[in-house]
Amino acid sequence: MTASCALYCESLDIWRGNRHLCHGLSFRAEAGQAVRLHGANGAGKTTLIRILAGLSLPESGTVCWNGRPLAESGDEYRRALAYLGHANGLKSNLSPTENLSAYVAMMGLPPASSIPDALARLGVGEMAHRPCGSMSMGQQRRTALARLVLSRASLWLLDEPLTSLDVSGVSLLAELVEAHLEQGGIAIFATHQPLELARQTVRTVNLGIAA
Amino acid sequence: MNSVALAALVRRDLQLAYRRRGEMVTPLMFFIMVTALFPLGLNPDPALLRTLAPGVIWVAALLAGVVGLESLFKSDYEDGTLELMVLSPVPLELVALMRVLTHWLITGLPLVILAPLMGMLLAFPPSAMGTLLIGLLLGTPVLSLLGAVGAALTVGLRRSGMLLPLLILPLAVPILIFGARSAAMALTGDDVSGPLYLLAAILALTVTLAPFAIAGGLRVSLEN
Repeated sequence: MTASCALYCESLDIWRGNRHLCHGLSFRAEAGQAVRLHGANGAGKTTLIRILAGLSLPESGTVCWNGRPLAESGDEYRRALAYLGHANGLKSNLSPTENLSAYVAMMGLPPASSIPDALARLGVGEMAHRPCGSMSMGQQRRTALARLVLSRASLWLLDEPLTSLDVSGVSLLAELVEAHLEQGGIAIFATHQPLELARQTVRTVNLGIAA
Repeated sequence: MNSVALAALVRRDLQLAYRRRGEMVTPLMFFIMVTALFPLGLNPDPALLRTLAPGVIWVAALLAGVVGLESLFKSDYEDGTLELMVLSPVPLELVALMRVLTHWLITGLPLVILAPLMGMLLAFPPSAMGTLLIGLLLGTPVLSLLGAVGAALTVGLRRSGMLLPLLILPLAVPILIFGARSAAMALTGDDVSGPLYLLAAILALTVTLAPFAIAGGLRVSLEN
């Protein structure tokens, strides 16, 4: 993990189809900070997260990682990023262990020996060898979150990470985010419920429908 | 580092294919069905079948190749794996090429292996079988690559089932012409190197260019 890192976006204009979602949005997240994107359904949280991840492009404005626009920092940025979207990115025919070992290899992370620990940390250790399709939605979400434990990314982009998680799952995620921030990471997440962190404050960026 | 990642991807794709082996058999059954229907519908005269065999086998191979294409990136798109692949440090072009390679291994290669059997059904002489096999060996990967371009472009669409063959089959016409022609020439004892070299050239061209088109298509499909 890099000693210091920063993500900032400047005067983002975001459209989805013919709806203008936000105009002139700027914010900055530095090492050790958590940002919560807040807004009603359809306000553009997912679109914004996808733009921050580099999956979509904004109509205008720039997103910069460590002072360089995303388009220029391609590979470096992809190594620094852990993204959790709406979908869990799990193959239902494969077990959590198989799913995660493909992820570990793809991201160039060291050998898969840490996978059982990561699954145990998320409370799905017993499911390690069952097909993901037979697990509950919450267990699948936990398996997807185990990627965060495995990755050494400094920036976490989480889209609705709390979906289908039970109460203990929510506090587990809060713990993970706290530990991540303490190591100098950045967490940006879109949630409807506030995520309570014990030791850090969470900044909120409000997304409203632009005029 | 990339090679480790790519090997892991191929292994995962093969694992998945094994667990869903029912899907894998469909194109093969389709290939067998189409070729087996021709002798039933036409006059079962060996001399007639023999001259029709190259065309029948090649057309059946093209159609069978298109059958399973829709699902090439569909499940990745739906379960979010595609986003992870795009966001991984491994170049998407290589990931796409590996995916096409595994797709060809599980659908194209069995088809090539089955082709002599179907050739015998159509009274195709063993002396010309080698040319037919080499042609299919060169032509089916091209079909997989072209199909992957179409699959990448249509992955975000809800009903791409019928659209995909309409997009891909016209592009596959050159390999049909050269492939079927080479087998027909072998039948009459002509020199087949011309059409086979052309097939090889088309394969070299698509292997180099198609991965960029596939990756571009995937990125565009993910953008909204």
